[in-house]
Amino acid sequence: MLVKIWVSLFLAFAVYSWLVYMHTEDRNNVPPPDRHIQAGWQLWQDKNCQSCHQLYGLGGYMGPDLTNVYSDKGAKYMQTFIKYGTGKMPDFHLNDSETQSLISFLAWIDKSGKSKIPASVVHWWGISSK
Amino acid sequence: MNEYPIYYKRFLQFALGLLAIALVLGLLSAAAFSYPETFNKFLPFYQLRPFHTSAALFWIITASAGCILFYKNDVFTGIYVGNTSEKLFIMLWIGSILTIFCCYAFKKFGGREYWEFPPVLSIALLASWLVFMYSYFASWRISKNKKPLYVWMWSTGIFFFLITFVEQNLWLIPWFRSSFLKEITIQWKANGSMVGAWNQMIYGTALFLMVKISGDGTIAENKKAFFFYFLGLTNLMFNWGHHIYNVPNGSWIRNTAYAISMTELLIFINIIAGFKRKLDEQKRLKHIIPYRFLVAAEYWAFANLLLALLMSVPVVNRYTHGTHITVAHAMISTIGINTMILLGSIGYIINIDTKNQKIKNFINKAYWHAQVSLAAFGSSLVIAGIIKAYRTVAIENITFQEVMQPVVVMIKIFLLTGIWLAISLISIVVCYFRLLNNKRTIKIWKEVNTVMLVEEYDF
Repeated sequence: MLVKIWVSLFLAFAVYSWLVYMHTEDRNNVPPPDRHIQAGWQLWQDKNCQSCHQLYGLGGYMGPDLTNVYSDKGAKYMQTFIKYGTGKMPDFHLNDSETQSLISFLAWIDKSGKSKIPASVVHWWGISSK
Repeated sequence: MNEYPIYYKRFLQFALGLLAIALVLGLLSAAAFSYPETFNKFLPFYQLRPFHTSAALFWIITASAGCILFYKNDVFTGIYVGNTSEKLFIMLWIGSILTIFCCYAFKKFGGREYWEFPPVLSIALLASWLVFMYSYFASWRISKNKKPLYVWMWSTGIFFFLITFVEQNLWLIPWFRSSFLKEITIQWKANGSMVGAWNQMIYGTALFLMVKISGDGTIAENKKAFFFYFLGLTNLMFNWGHHIYNVPNGSWIRNTAYAISMTELLIFINIIAGFKRKLDEQKRLKHIIPYRFLVAAEYWAFANLLLALLMSVPVVNRYTHGTHITVAHAMISTIGINTMILLGSIGYIINIDTKNQKIKNFINKAYWHAQVSLAAFGSSLVIAGIIKAYRTVAIENITFQEVMQPVVVMIKIFLLTGIWLAISLISIVVCYFRLLNNKRTIKIWKEVNTVMLVEEYDF
């Protein structure tokens, strides 16, 4: 009996995992990342940016959430921060091409949605889609 | 005469070393967070944090596996001998972790949350875990007895660690990177479930200890215990979605997670209902040091579950997500629950209760300092989180620096309470470490009428 319950739960887990893999898509129909964006993504990981910054609230809390920094602040503002750092943010000595790749990556993420969840979709009983 | 292999002890010492590193580097990280201009010159936060998180994470997994290595022989075969697969697991595991730390020292990162090392090292960790699984399940197969609940829990934890670890690395396949929402959702699905996996190993160990200390085997065999095991397993599988409430994917993922997480109310009610019985039990067993650690873990589980339930409610999560309340939840979970149980378990293995009164008094003092400092430590994080949540959501057009100004003050308090907590825990670590070095330290507790009778084995 116990084994049957365990196996049933595991099968449910497998089906649910498959559903998550197949049906978690961008509603904004954002195209897959091109090489330039992928280079920026790789740079984001190589420099361990998530250690201080968040994307959709996930990551370290030293710096701000950067999910929508592209639409909020613009490319020029980002360029200055990325290229030279600040008192709090170290200068990673990135060249122009690397800086542009990183901005392209963050611009791509910006298109996927908003990090701040609007109050209108949040309820005591759950979250509605609109 | 039966003996435990010496490398079991060394493995636990390695785990204790990881805990000490996690604590020291955690303090340095908090200092780097508070004084970035100074630390950026020689040891920046983005380099310290991976050391801290990996050391903490590997302390929990290594100590869990180390305790299971000790207990599995007792449970399955009654023969205390090692084998080649165990040695191979230990060598691979320790070698991988040391290599990971070397990568961090040279600023070679993989940049994944909590798994910040270059992904190629996942292969070594995976190989190591597969060897551990082989060793565990080979012993498991020998035993023809009915398996108590803690064996189910250990087996579930070991198996799901493999599943979630593989899932955590699916991003290496390009299809999983075609959409950022898909990638981040799966990343947090794997991370969330992995916590459930090591919790199964640790709670299994806690249950094993309770059976041994109380001498009552029925607590690992009754229907209610199995009901809560399956409830925990359901949460492991489906309750990860509260991490990604604000990721704009299907509402069905978020609402499933919300519904499942509310089933934890049953666990919460069960803890409250069991408090009176626990208090009676406490009076009877309070002189046993490992038992005290288990009791502490129970109280912290109560507090943390309350926090988790609140954070799972979407209207509350909208404020708490991305704040230090999440950090408080993670810290109380890893220190208050996981570390307390593991320290209780290692204390049981080294038979701390048979040591001289001076050692016992020392552990007792460090234990109480750890509890009080952890309460102050967790509270400072929760307050920091509340301040950040309020300023981020309720105040319009505020810059990140303005949001963080009052938060940084709380982080400095957090740093001070962290020093107090680290000193308390490191005191216990040093004491355990030295006792693990002693010959004739490890004794097998024998269940004969009394709970205090021990049988001694040599190394």
